[in-house]
Amino acid sequence: MSILVDKDTKVIVQGLTGKTGTFHTEQALAYYGTKMVAGVHPKKGGETWSSGIEGAAELPIYASVKEAKEATGANASVVYVPPAGAAAAIIEAIDAEIPFIVCITEGIPVADMVKVKARLENSNSRLLGPNCPGVLTPEECKIGIMPGSIFKKGNVGIVSRSGTLTYEAVFQTTQEGLGQTTAVGIGGDPVKGTEFIDMLDLFLDDPETESIIMIGEIGGSAEEEASEWLKEQAAKGRKKPMVGFIAGRTAPPGRTMGHAGAVISGGKGGAEDKIAAMEDAGIRVSPSPAKLGKTLVALLEELKQGA
Amino acid sequence: MNIHEYQAKAVLKEYGAPVAEGVAIFSADEAKAAADKLPGPLWVVKSQIHAGGRGKGKFKELGPDAKGGVRLAFSKDEVESHANEMLGNTLVTAQTGDAGKVVNRLYIEDGADIDRELYLSLLVDRTCGQVAFVASTEGGMDIEEVAHATPEKILTLPINPLEGVTEEKASALCDTLKLEGEARADGMKLFPILYKAFVEKDMALLEINPLIVMENGRLRVLDAKVSFDGNALFRHEDIVALRDKTEEDEKEIEASKHDLAYVALDGNIGCMVNGAGLAMATMDIIKLYGAEPANFLDVGGGATKEKVTSAFKIITSDPNVQGILVNIFGGIMRCDVIAEGVLAAVKEVGLQVPLVVRLEGTNVELGKQIINESGMNVIPADDLDDAAQKIVAAVKEVA
Repeated sequence: MSILVDKDTKVIVQGLTGKTGTFHTEQALAYYGTKMVAGVHPKKGGETWSSGIEGAAELPIYASVKEAKEATGANASVVYVPPAGAAAAIIEAIDAEIPFIVCITEGIPVADMVKVKARLENSNSRLLGPNCPGVLTPEECKIGIMPGSIFKKGNVGIVSRSGTLTYEAVFQTTQEGLGQTTAVGIGGDPVKGTEFIDMLDLFLDDPETESIIMIGEIGGSAEEEASEWLKEQAAKGRKKPMVGFIAGRTAPPGRTMGHAGAVISGGKGGAEDKIAAMEDAGIRVSPSPAKLGKTLVALLEELKQGA
Repeated sequence: MNIHEYQAKAVLKEYGAPVAEGVAIFSADEAKAAADKLPGPLWVVKSQIHAGGRGKGKFKELGPDAKGGVRLAFSKDEVESHANEMLGNTLVTAQTGDAGKVVNRLYIEDGADIDRELYLSLLVDRTCGQVAFVASTEGGMDIEEVAHATPEKILTLPINPLEGVTEEKASALCDTLKLEGEARADGMKLFPILYKAFVEKDMALLEINPLIVMENGRLRVLDAKVSFDGNALFRHEDIVALRDKTEEDEKEIEASKHDLAYVALDGNIGCMVNGAGLAMATMDIIKLYGAEPANFLDVGGGATKEKVTSAFKIITSDPNVQGILVNIFGGIMRCDVIAEGVLAAVKEVGLQVPLVVRLEGTNVELGKQIINESGMNVIPADDLDDAAQKIVAAVKEVA
């Protein structure tokens, strides 16, 4: 089992014909035959996209998401459209009732995402991102830009606000032999479709996921809210071993650290508060980003000996 | 992107917000003419720097008894003497750090008789994904302190983007701010105006502290601090034109030209990393091993060799840097591209400090090969932990 995506997920690509969309679609097709089924381009409907890789698939291009969905039965979309048009692309997918939309694009204006967020309410869609690396279920489906080579099928669920730190967690759990059920990057923007709680809920429900790594960063209060939620769930007997990490302990207040959402402002969003909240919820917080895997192994060992 | 108070007020004035008349000046000989344009009998001379706490700030070059960065003037001569004292000197406030900021611009404004000082701001509330007003009767103070000491005195009011500022929401703000009579009527007009300006101009923060009720019962925007969403600047040429580069770090300006996310810090270990989260984590791990990072630098996902070279040059241009840590986990970013970029930069500017390189991910073997065969004096590292320990040790050895 896994969360969000599996071998049956059918994906269309908005922004397929650009350089980024093409490169990552090739990579996805090459990753255990992820079912990339079509591309969307308002002016190139009827054309065919062909991968630069020899012998690889060709994909039909449709003029709209709605057409692509009807023709292919797609149940997911990935958005590589540049920032100025990305919000409109997401809204088109929402209107076409695509159940799962992943937006990789970095640099979308916040005001545009406020509009998208309003449209997501009462819709039938879930949005992951924007400004995220996507989602990957080992040996089944890769949506987005995560490097497939570092994954291994296993039992750790990984959720992170940062792309490259997701890779660290994946790499380290692979090295420790644990492997992953699914890794999800929720993205570094202040206004986004999916928060930690949504993903933690799915991981707690997934029988194959035996432990969880959650990676947050400075800015906002999503980690605190997730910790509070985890405490409530634990009180109901719903819990799994968890390791956490917060990036940005040394970041100065008032400065945006790369991600639009990573800023300590108004005395809020600092790392220490988040770490305290996570520890209070029973999460083992790793002091070092290099010890996520080892911290998890040690925690699982302790639990085994305690049992 | 931040702008000055006088620029922020000009933007708000366009939308019809009540701001005082004022004139910005760049040299003291403009002071008299500026004062002449305003009615008097009270003028305010305000330092224009991108930092708060100006009123309580002190000028480095002047004695401890000298007045601060915002001064009242009761005559035109006084306007001129203040301008002479303030321009070109360094103002140190709670927000500038000890180095302070040189005051190159002043704003001469028409004075106001203040009855009450209020606090009002707009920002994007990330918990609900909507633009929200923050309002309090405790104006003129540090709102963080108010939030800490008396949270009940602060109202946070999110605005549904599909509805805008409804009459009900505007009334709620008036109630919180205890506005009555003419001030209430002014408020009912002002709140939708501010929301419109915020959304249309893609602001990230609009803070009016204080918003005042004058003795004549009317509202006025007495101070205004505005910053804009960097991601949206592509659709606001008029706002980009307001950028004051003298307020920014030179290395940060250079970095922004190359589309690099760079933040200058105080430490001595320069960092070049891909991904914002990993870049922050790299800073953290340097600190964990007892040293301090000199910068945050995210080269991004799809960096070219040229971009990597520029990044490396920016790091080495910082005189505080005594060692460099390159930490790359290649996903889209290929390790060989990083290696070639570093190599090109070292050839161009030389390498005077220890360099630790940790490469992982896409094309890692090729990247390592390029570094090994280059003859560069590079300390290779196996993982993040190893890399951090090695650079911290190398810098300590040199020092």
